[in-house]
Amino acid sequence: METLWFVLVAFMLTAYVVLDGFDLGAGAIHYVVGRTSQERRSVLRAIGPVWDGNEVWLLAAGGALYFAFPVVYSSSFSGFYLPLMMVLWLIMLRGLGVELRAHIDNDLWRTAWDVVFSGASVLLAIFLGAALGNVVRGVPLDASGYFFEPLWTTFRPEANAGILDWYTVLAGVVALVTLATHGANYVAVKTDGAVNERCRHIAKFGAMTLVVLTAASLAATVFVRPTILDNFRAHAWGAVFPLAAVVSLGAMILFRIRVNDVNAFVASAGYIISMLGGAAFALFPVLLPASTSAEYDLTIHNSATGPYAMSVGIVWWTIGMTLAACYFVFLYRSFRGKVTLDGEGY
Amino acid sequence: MDDALTVHRLHFAFTVTYHYLFPQLTMGLAPLIVIFKSLYLWKGEERFNIAARFWAKIFAVSFLFGVITGIPMEFQFGTNWAAFARFAGGVIGQTLAMEGVFAFFLESAFLGLFLYGEKRLGKKGHWFAALMVFVGSWLSGFFIIATDAWMQHPVGYTLMPDGSVMLQSFWALISNPWAWRQYCHNMGGAVVTGSFAMASLGAFYVLTKAQAEYGKLFVRVGITVALIASCWQMFPTGDWQGKMVALHQPVTLAAMEGLFHSDEGAPMVLIGQPNLETQTLDNSIEVPYVLSILSYKRWNAEVKGLDAFPKENWPDNIALLYYSYHIMVGLGTLFSAIMALAVFLLWRKKLFTTAPVLWVLMLAFPMPFIANTAGWISAEVGRQPWLVYNLMRTEHGISPMVSSGNGMFTLLGFMGMYTVLSILFLFIMWREIEHGPAYLDSLDAELAPAAGAVN
Ligand code: HDD
Ligand code: HEM
Ligand code: HEM
Repeated sequence: METLWFVLVAFMLTAYVVLDGFDLGAGAIHYVVGRTSQERRSVLRAIGPVWDGNEVWLLAAGGALYFAFPVVYSSSFSGFYLPLMMVLWLIMLRGLGVELRAHIDNDLWRTAWDVVFSGASVLLAIFLGAALGNVVRGVPLDASGYFFEPLWTTFRPEANAGILDWYTVLAGVVALVTLATHGANYVAVKTDGAVNERCRHIAKFGAMTLVVLTAASLAATVFVRPTILDNFRAHAWGAVFPLAAVVSLGAMILFRIRVNDVNAFVASAGYIISMLGGAAFALFPVLLPASTSAEYDLTIHNSATGPYAMSVGIVWWTIGMTLAACYFVFLYRSFRGKVTLDGEGY
Repeated sequence: MDDALTVHRLHFAFTVTYHYLFPQLTMGLAPLIVIFKSLYLWKGEERFNIAARFWAKIFAVSFLFGVITGIPMEFQFGTNWAAFARFAGGVIGQTLAMEGVFAFFLESAFLGLFLYGEKRLGKKGHWFAALMVFVGSWLSGFFIIATDAWMQHPVGYTLMPDGSVMLQSFWALISNPWAWRQYCHNMGGAVVTGSFAMASLGAFYVLTKAQAEYGKLFVRVGITVALIASCWQMFPTGDWQGKMVALHQPVTLAAMEGLFHSDEGAPMVLIGQPNLETQTLDNSIEVPYVLSILSYKRWNAEVKGLDAFPKENWPDNIALLYYSYHIMVGLGTLFSAIMALAVFLLWRKKLFTTAPVLWVLMLAFPMPFIANTAGWISAEVGRQPWLVYNLMRTEHGISPMVSSGNGMFTLLGFMGMYTVLSILFLFIMWREIEHGPAYLDSLDAELAPAAGAVN
């Protein structure tokens, strides 16, 4: 049962990154692909009706984490206090940027919100990557099961490291490039004309860069946390994750060369899923590793809620997610096709 | 001021009070928008649709602010109240996760459809989207109330060896008697806010003679709903809430009523200032026996005063509790009176020529926000010194590793951020109000020729 919930939480987090990832990425490239106010408007139109729904995956994943592993939730949220608060402020600014821009037809107003929106998106993508980097590297947990990380200490991934060290910064950069590429792939699907051209360009370049960055980050991970390979050694089938990552990255480059926007987007989603899936596989059964000593690791065994709560949860989770899947299919179907710039909104 | 407990409490109180300013408006407007959409389906008159579309714009702005101030709330259980989150996660993780899975997905998906899909969905489909937005926001309200109600009156749990609580009965958690009464009362409060806002804006349009036709429509719908909702707040739901407090939190009742000494046939206090030094109520005007009757249905029932309880279990801010409770009840009574008068004048067909009443309606819109906030302050301050009633004290709930300095830093950050938010909100609202529904009407006419070709 704990294992099942580990998988479900990992699934929800991955869904969040894949879905909100493309609108974060669209934000990150907003200024690069949208040279005029009209072009930027078409980028926003591409994500307008869906970004809030995508962001709900973060809340739902957070809720599921809290529900299934309250100990992990309480110690990671209080331990990452400062960066999380900054994430909150960035999320707020980004939401304002998307929604308030259209309210007033004034160039200064629109430019200001465009800047807020893309700045907040870039920083959020980096923060998400750094957060994942922290989880993989481990945090200074002690016997009480709590920790507190300052923003940075020496920038080296050691026992009392801060949120930012060279490893987590690298993870942040990888995340930014991944999501920007993912976003470019999405916007390419939804637009035509100059914006579409530029997106294709960025996505192609991004995919190439990812080849280098993926290799670098895997090497760095093994260096920072040698035990990360244990699960792969013990269960050979785990190799499907890195293989899938390589295949989908290759496919993304191929489809970019063949100029097939939809397939390239699917490939970049596949790349994200297999990278995150691989990270979850490598960590299992640990949810939050301790950089101090492995005995303080928070695992699915020492941090889970009771068996009764978990089995009740499975029932409503299945019902709720089936419903949610229906809404999402309906929502995306209703807004399928390329965006047009007439009428109301964004 | 600088101990971590105070900082974390202020942090939560400030952010949640601010957050709730927006959901009460959206939850209150959602059913009113459904009313307009239904009228449109039923009567087919375009003005109902325009009215719905106008209020949907107000709704959307308020929803956006609700969402961005709500996300920090969900985080704060972990960031600032980690010990509480760990203690109670086995129970309230349930309702909070369900809120995400059931309510937020529903709400956000259908809001996208409702706001941008009118042409694609057709008349019935669009009505359905409006209905689902309403259902989603009210479901979200339910789960959050169920969470709060469990903190007020914990049920359905067992204590674990490590000192935390674990869910024992899902059904007990969902059917908590406190939750249902609190839900009815709280949602009534939201409808009061929504309908007052509608009546107020309508009165503004009538008084400025701009868009008076829509103004009259808003006033009619607004005051009718507001009258029903205001009465509902007093009876039965306010009464239910009072009985729950009398039954499960008698010390809170004593503090709310400023009853320092136990009394048989206790009076209800209309006005008076609690004096904590002398433990008396100064300058009071009281109605004899009423408190005993309301709480226990007998005129000479004994109501326990604060002196019947050990002092360490008294709520720690009795003055705030007493005043906020009396502000809520006072405003609630006033609301019913104002709306009864307005509906009476409407019935006699005199309302739109009675300027003073229209002025009162126009200026009344902040009052429900005050009443709702005061109500929450009574509930939350009344729960002190317990975080989970009789199970966990507030001082044991905060994050052990987050220092008061860090808490103060982010509290100030939120205050700054929310000041900016308030300015933006008022600014955007003002523009929407200035445009008004007639603007949408004209926009429609302009776009109409193109409409067939769109999308
Ligand atoms: C427009 C809003 C509004 C109005 C007019 C009223 N209330 Fe209220 N009241 C609320 C909005 C509210 C609220 C914000 O919804 C509260 C806070 C917590 C909750 O669930 O509901 C609440 C809580 C609340 C409580 C519980 C306090 C506690 O838990 O310690 C009681 C006993 C009452 N109310 C009683 C009344 C009475 C007798 C009213 C008669 C006029 C009344 N309320 C009007
Ligand atoms: C329904 C969900 C809610 C939950 C789960 C909740 C929970 C909490 C928690 C954990 C605290 C901090 C601990 C404490 O000081 O007791 C708190 C305090 C507080 N909350 Fe709530 N709250 C909710 C809704 C609200 C709303 C809507 C308001 C106001 C509009 C509110 C007003 C306050 C205030 C004023 C305090 C500070 C109490 C004090 O300092 O004595 N709460 N609440
Ligand atoms: C501790 C208390 C609270 C927490 C943790 C919380 C959490 C949240 C979150 C995360 C959102 C954003 C949802 C989205 O992205 O769609 C939100 C919005 C919302 N909240 Fe709260 N909330 C709290 C208090 C309340 C209370 C007391 C109510 C009312 C009963 C309420 C009603 C709503 C509603 C209806 C929305 C939808 C947005 C809107 O209509 O403005 N919340 N809340």
